[in-house]
Amino acid sequence: MRALLILFAALMLMGQRDPVLVPEVSQHDVQVRQGFTGTELLLFGAVLDPAGRAGQDYDIVVVLKGPAEPIRLREKERFAGVWVNADSNDFRSVPSYFAVASSRPISDIVDDKTAAIYEFGTRYIQLSPSGSIDPQEQLRFALGLVDLKRRQGLYKEDFGGVQISEGVLYQARISLPSNVTTGTYSAETFAVTRGRVIASAVAEVEVRKVGFERFVEVSANEWGLAYGLIAVLISVLMGWGAGRLFARL
Amino acid sequence: MDVYLPIANLSVNGLWIVALGALTGVLSGLFGVGGGFLTTPLLIFYGIPPTVAAASASTQVTGASVSGVIAHGKRKGVDYRMGAVMVGGGIIGAAFGALLFRFFRSIGQIDVVINALYVVLLGSIGILMARESLQLLRRTGTAKQAARRRHHPLVANLPWRWRFYGSGLYISPLAPLIVGIVVGILTMLMGVGGGFILVPAMLYILGMSANVVVGTSLFNILFVTIATTIMHSLTTRAVDIVLVGLLLIGSVTGAQFGSQLAVKAKPEVLRLVLAAIVLLIAFRMFLGLFYQPDEIYTVYPL
Repeated sequence: MRALLILFAALMLMGQRDPVLVPEVSQHDVQVRQGFTGTELLLFGAVLDPAGRAGQDYDIVVVLKGPAEPIRLREKERFAGVWVNADSNDFRSVPSYFAVASSRPISDIVDDKTAAIYEFGTRYIQLSPSGSIDPQEQLRFALGLVDLKRRQGLYKEDFGGVQISEGVLYQARISLPSNVTTGTYSAETFAVTRGRVIASAVAEVEVRKVGFERFVEVSANEWGLAYGLIAVLISVLMGWGAGRLFARL
Repeated sequence: MDVYLPIANLSVNGLWIVALGALTGVLSGLFGVGGGFLTTPLLIFYGIPPTVAAASASTQVTGASVSGVIAHGKRKGVDYRMGAVMVGGGIIGAAFGALLFRFFRSIGQIDVVINALYVVLLGSIGILMARESLQLLRRTGTAKQAARRRHHPLVANLPWRWRFYGSGLYISPLAPLIVGIVVGILTMLMGVGGGFILVPAMLYILGMSANVVVGTSLFNILFVTIATTIMHSLTTRAVDIVLVGLLLIGSVTGAQFGSQLAVKAKPEVLRLVLAAIVLLIAFRMFLGLFYQPDEIYTVYPL
């Protein structure tokens, strides 16, 4: 029903010359509360060409990115038989989450340069490294970071994950694991034809903690002493309570 | 049963966490160790971020030791005077340990230091305890135990003696104070209660009578972990109250069973079992230092 509405809206806009991309996300507000085990987002929409070439060779690429954070990545090395931290490298903008899905393998859609510009793939993420100047070394660190995040389920690629029907409607399912960082996520959709990005659009998804989970996080950060005292109190009371209970038995 | 942990930022199977709490609870009641040396590595292995694991484990140990202290206190198994002196030392040590922690963190070697400490301490203590309890076990059958040196000669040389009735000792309070300081430093550095160091130190250095060792050790752990929890809440903000609650459900019940078992079992056998557990963990950590780690790269937020 929603898709039909969007299609209708898109048809209204057909007067323009450029192709029109109308994206939508199944959920703009992901609420992290008790029992949250991750969720699945459906990114869908329509792409329409004013020249009436709908149904022809479009490819769709969607990129979902979480809020970026600066990090230091340390690398372990063997020193006298023992594994110790040796080199480190700083990255100024590491997305906490990164997922890309496309209708066909990226190498069939665009060339490397275009893929790098639009970050079509985990190896093209712009991490803004600083510190080491040697590009070889930076690449090694970047690959290590991406591999680590991928195994944590936070970085993923799904080439072929976008379905296009009738050459107009597209949809892709992207799952968010439970260990996602809260914040504003951006879902970018790109329409590509003959190796060129001809239209793009962005939708935002807000991931936030609500209710008790939010209260706990805020308390821990704002009222550290009170939070610590309450934690101790809970501990002591539970321990004491169990002691009393078992003494009666 | 899926439970979302608001500070650790991930969802876990609540039943596993309760089971883990129960396991450490039994250990804590049985041996007078907090169980932190087991909880922290297992939580990290489960996927909980290391700081959250260490901070929450110390809070959980508080709860486990309360019920232990009560259980042991009822049968006069706590020397409160000795415990108070050690707690004093423990708080001084914790503050000093926090400084060391910051130093090793700034040079990026904190995890290596922690692992090496685990190996050296657990390894040497485990061997010491195993040898001692094996000798005791062998001797019991043949003849009456030979008169054993009560405490380390160095302890006897310290000035200004106090009477510690519960422990049956007449020694300088400086000795337990120094033990307390050392344990406090290690508590902060390793994220453990320090019971596995305290118990042997009380037995072999201070020469306390075995029936108050477990209770007094738990008494010390109780206050040192309270201080650690508060320090974590103020600095790392990594105490996850939901995780703590789950661990506690298991550990407070486990601790009760543990302390009931402790009364029935032979102390020499108990010590041998504890020695075996300690050696096993030390060996695992030792391998970890030399084998290629699963993760070559570690992320530190800036």
